[in-house]
Amino acid sequence: MIRTESLSVRYGSRTVVRDVSLRLRCGRITAIVGPSGCGKTSFLLALNRMIDLVPGAAVAGRVLFQDVDVFDRRNSIAELRRRVGMIFQKPVPFPLSIRANIQLGLKEHGVRNRRDREAMMEQVLRDVGLWDEVSDRLDCLATKLSGGQQQRLCLARALALDPDVLLLDEPCSALDPVAAACVEKLITELSRNRAIAIVTHNLAQARRIADDLAVFWVRDGSGTVIAQGTAEEIFSRPPCPTVSDYLSGRTG
Amino acid sequence: MSEGGAFSRPGARFDRILGAVVWLAAGGIAAVLIWITGDTLQRGLSEVDIAFLTTEPTDAGRRGGIVSVVVSTLMILAVTLTAAVPLALGTAVFLADVSARWSAAAAVVRWSLDVLAAVPSIVFGLFGNALFCVVLGLGYSILSGGLTLACMVLPVMIRTAEQALRSVPAELRMNAAALGLRRTARLWHIEFPAAVPGMAAGLVLGIGRALAETAALIFTAGYATRMPTSVMDSGRALSVHVYELAMNVPMGDRRAAATATILMILVLCITSAASSLLHRRRIFRRSEA
Amino acid sequence: MTAAAISTVTLFVVVLFLIREAFPALTSPGLHRFLTDESWHPLSNRFRMTPMAAATAATTLGALVLAVPVGVASAVFVRFYAPAAAGRAFRGLLELMAGIPSVVFGLWGLLVLVPLLAGHGHSGQHLLAAICVLALMILPVVALSAAAALNAVPESLLVAAAALGLSRPSVALRIALPAARRGIAAGILLALSRALGETMAVVMVAGNVVQFPDSLTRPVRTLTGNLALELGYAGPAHRSVLFASALMLMLAAAVSVSLARVVEGRPDE
Repeated sequence: MIRTESLSVRYGSRTVVRDVSLRLRCGRITAIVGPSGCGKTSFLLALNRMIDLVPGAAVAGRVLFQDVDVFDRRNSIAELRRRVGMIFQKPVPFPLSIRANIQLGLKEHGVRNRRDREAMMEQVLRDVGLWDEVSDRLDCLATKLSGGQQQRLCLARALALDPDVLLLDEPCSALDPVAAACVEKLITELSRNRAIAIVTHNLAQARRIADDLAVFWVRDGSGTVIAQGTAEEIFSRPPCPTVSDYLSGRTG
Repeated sequence: MSEGGAFSRPGARFDRILGAVVWLAAGGIAAVLIWITGDTLQRGLSEVDIAFLTTEPTDAGRRGGIVSVVVSTLMILAVTLTAAVPLALGTAVFLADVSARWSAAAAVVRWSLDVLAAVPSIVFGLFGNALFCVVLGLGYSILSGGLTLACMVLPVMIRTAEQALRSVPAELRMNAAALGLRRTARLWHIEFPAAVPGMAAGLVLGIGRALAETAALIFTAGYATRMPTSVMDSGRALSVHVYELAMNVPMGDRRAAATATILMILVLCITSAASSLLHRRRIFRRSEA
Repeated sequence: MTAAAISTVTLFVVVLFLIREAFPALTSPGLHRFLTDESWHPLSNRFRMTPMAAATAATTLGALVLAVPVGVASAVFVRFYAPAAAGRAFRGLLELMAGIPSVVFGLWGLLVLVPLLAGHGHSGQHLLAAICVLALMILPVVALSAAAALNAVPESLLVAAAALGLSRPSVALRIALPAARRGIAAGILLALSRALGETMAVVMVAGNVVQFPDSLTRPVRTLTGNLALELGYAGPAHRSVLFASALMLMLAAAVSVSLARVVEGRPDE
């Protein structure tokens, strides 16, 4: 679905991601793990060109989304970001109504008919299990929701655009355990017909939900992938001592 | 997922339209500003020479210079600052360093300053006329005008000074307190030095406001053009001079523009001094963070 | 502490003196006379103030109508469209503009704008000229406070909006402006109080005839302008009426600035 070919990311003169070639497949969850500061988030930001918003960031190598180079100037960033959605560590509801939060993206991406938008909103709110909780107060401020509800709203907001890929940057780490479990279950369901990449520091979580695994590590001052493959394979037969120490919790 | 892989570009046209609109708005503002300053300077500069700055006005200002007006302006400013600066500093220290017990009082003080800042300057003029000229018997005088302006510039001075004091990093304050320094020693040795640029900015902003003021002075300092000999004399400020020449003296335009040029140059220097002081403080804060 | 008390007392002294001076007018001719007298002829004890109040309202609203869209648009420019250097330069320009004395605006209006606006049967000193000059004077207030409010919108919101594939205009208009609405509204209210109170620039271009502002080319006199024009020769009764109108102006300014603080949601910080 989306893959990188020797992707590197630089901030000024500092290379934070070097030479990463990785593939996210449809229907599978790829967990990206590794110690802090090894370039996981920068890698994720490059996939839907959010990296463009970081001053001084430069990218080398290629990101291919359905075999099209996303850094090709002829392509629309907006359309790319619609199809490659992203969720952040801290939920970021817009200070607008719940309804506006979801419908904004739909309007932007050309769903003109109001009834269509309402139907799609109900659908995605049901998908994230929020409909029963908020259907009677769709016009209330989204910022009044609890943390877990906010994060599910952000998921619903991204889902409304029917993305092919979802990039999740530690989506559960700012939530309490109950809300985290709820979001985690949701992620598993959502992976059926799309590719999902999830950055996580929680190895237990990676073990629970990941189909594929990529381990990032700092080598020569910049982050790179030192192991990738199916989660089962890497957890059971780590390819090198560094990985096995990390996965067993002895380092990192 | 159609379109053969290449993505369409919705929104690009709207982006161009909005871009054009906001560039136009900003460009329009800049153009008008340049028009106003340029036109005034062009009319005024040809009239300005050494003699203009060093002789007293004659023939209702149509001839001669503005030296007595400049002197009056400076004297009014001096009165204003003498009265306002100590008050402003004291209030700012109170607001920046209040304990929880006084927070309600601080809210009242802040609100009254906000209102004071919004009071039309002509209303200050009436108030000054009633209190200083009539009740206190100071008459139309530089003292009345300066005191009226002091009331007027208090809010802006206090606000900037307060913000400057607040921007002193809390750790600095805590550490000084942890060393057992008394509050006055803390203020004097730690907080004032760190807040000096911001407080200077407040001072300069206040001066700018006072220099630019006309309406509050007409009925307090009056409009006598002779050289003032004491603060009890009536004296005409630069801005009042511009107004009188433009409105009440036939053929006074050119001299009005010349005086406006001097006034504008003064105020622009002062404003840019203030903003550079404020800017310095901001950078200081960022590097501290 | 003492200083703070004195600063606060200043406001109350101002109010007290206005009331003291206005008291005769408020009691003996009575407030209703400001509405019901047939005209404004203070020398013969006729004190109808409505035309001037209407002129103040008309100039203020007109200036806001012109200045708010342009000011907000230029704030969007600073935050979203300007290259960094241009944004900084433009902000500096606005600060300079905010510092220009009102007599300079008035002089420019009198010497440049009024001749431009002059036409058949009117001199160019009229409502429209006053509105234009006032709009220019409050523009920096609107623009600077809107720019500050837009700057205070958390970066994370804008990033999240971009991650949804929202284009720059959508991020600016649908996310940032709504998120900054309180700050922008507070700025507009401050601009309103500034426009209400402006005196000299308006006196210089408005024409100063006491009449209802029923056309843009009609010379008008605002309440503030009236104070500047008449206090100099006012007898006791007249003077008291003028103070009463100053009191009303002050009330209006106090209301709008208090509203601004409430709207901003930051009464105490």
